[in-house]
Amino acid sequence: MDYITWRSFYTVLVFVLFIGVVWWAYSKGSKKRFDEAANSIFDEDELTTTNKSTKQESKNNE
Amino acid sequence: MSHTNPQQIEYNLKVVRQFAVMTVIWGIIGMSLGVFIAAQLIWPELNFDTPWLTYSRLRPLHTNAVIFAFGTSALMGTSFYIVQKTCKTALFSNKLASFVFWSWQTVIVLAVITLPLGLTSTKEYAELEWPIDILIALSWVAYIIVFFGTLVKRRTSHIYVANWFYGGFIVTIAVLHIVNSMAVPVSLTKSYSLYSGAVDAMVQWWYGHNAVGFLLTAGFLGMMYYFVPKQAERPVYSYRLSVVHFWALISLYIWAGPHHLHYTALPDWAQSLGMVMSVILFVPSWGGMINGIMTLSGAWHKLKTDPILRFLIVSLSFYGMSTFEGPMMAIKSVNALSHYTDWTVGHVHSGALGWVAMITIGSLYYLIPRLWSQTQMHSVKWINVHFWLHTIGVVLYIVALWISGVMQGLMWRAVNAADGTLTYSFVESVEASYPFWFIRFVGGLFIVAGMILMAVNCYRTIRAGSPTVETLDVEPAPAHTAPQSA
Repeated sequence: MDYITWRSFYTVLVFVLFIGVVWWAYSKGSKKRFDEAANSIFDEDELTTTNKSTKQESKNNE
Repeated sequence: MSHTNPQQIEYNLKVVRQFAVMTVIWGIIGMSLGVFIAAQLIWPELNFDTPWLTYSRLRPLHTNAVIFAFGTSALMGTSFYIVQKTCKTALFSNKLASFVFWSWQTVIVLAVITLPLGLTSTKEYAELEWPIDILIALSWVAYIIVFFGTLVKRRTSHIYVANWFYGGFIVTIAVLHIVNSMAVPVSLTKSYSLYSGAVDAMVQWWYGHNAVGFLLTAGFLGMMYYFVPKQAERPVYSYRLSVVHFWALISLYIWAGPHHLHYTALPDWAQSLGMVMSVILFVPSWGGMINGIMTLSGAWHKLKTDPILRFLIVSLSFYGMSTFEGPMMAIKSVNALSHYTDWTVGHVHSGALGWVAMITIGSLYYLIPRLWSQTQMHSVKWINVHFWLHTIGVVLYIVALWISGVMQGLMWRAVNAADGTLTYSFVESVEASYPFWFIRFVGGLFIVAGMILMAVNCYRTIRAGSPTVETLDVEPAPAHTAPQSA
């Protein structure tokens, strides 16, 4: 494979991979896992109370 | 079960404390140096006819001090904190972590000694000579081992997004540093780059721009993804967006370097490629900014009362501003006006003082009380004063340099219609810049004043407290069945 062909192939490959990442990140299956991950930094005793109030706040907004 | 006796692990907060203190100290030193060389532009006699006080030697010392002393100490400290907290495990090796701290501080002290002596490889942001480069590489390899070693022994299944950004930053900087610093030494203090001509320029700016992209952006985005949600007490606006943000950012940034070499000997196609990739970079940059700012959605009122959050959120606004400005300046026709003028310097500082410094300062105000078993900083009011000092300083700085930059660009390109000769000599543009350089100098004074206030605030907080000992109760690794009784 010459250089130009390889670069063209590589561009398409990266594009497809990127679409794959977007599709994976926004797929229904990943939602729960990602929500858990986003909240994982609050898994400390100090913040259990504040965490609850946050949830309530966001409900009020809906 | 027989394995329910909790074992305790102790977080290594000592190395985090060391880095936190040094971040504040190097911040003051690096920024004061900036103010000093800004003053030299207005009053050149400030070099006192001493070679090691000349602008040309102190300028690299300023950039090294703010990027590698202030910025990188902040990144190393916060990454060691976050990786332990989010992986729920202690650092991979305390000895190695300590080596990272001491070796890195040695690198900076060596920079403080060698740069004023005029020992330089002349590569921008990579001025340090080869023996120091080797020490940087060793320190960085130790950093890689500690950080990734901790990720490997994590007690959580998921790797929190902040660690991805830190990881991307750490690996890329290792590659950039080693490739760009390849040199042939001729003596202990002198070496010549392995590359020459346009290749050397391209390698240098591949390094240079990715130091911006990975050290000053990806690393600090890691900081953002932890401290903004923590301080706002709500999870990041969209975790899915953060995943896309990461992959888009790291795959695009690496291509943007050629925009530093528009209209040079670099092949034209490479310049155009650099321009296009730089413009596309706007998208993930703003995705990340929106993700950070929108984390506050529904809790905007916190900005009224919480100066730490104000630092963090305003830093994101500056990030948004400079990542709009950057792609615009990377467009060749805009660059024809902006390149080599103060506009570039203003742009860099809106990123460095607006984004990097503010996110760091906000994170440190969050971190320092927690590292010395306090609930908050000695004076929250002072944080607020610092916020306004810093913000006013940055705005003065960047507005002054926008105006002088555009003015310089226009003066340099102005030609007399009659015979095509230049309307202005270079020195006329220098003379016209003086008022703006003075405003820049005043802005710098505001910023340093804020940093000194921060140092006093930190000192009082640290003196009132004692080093935090934080332990985590853990069950032996494989057991996550029945909830344990204490």
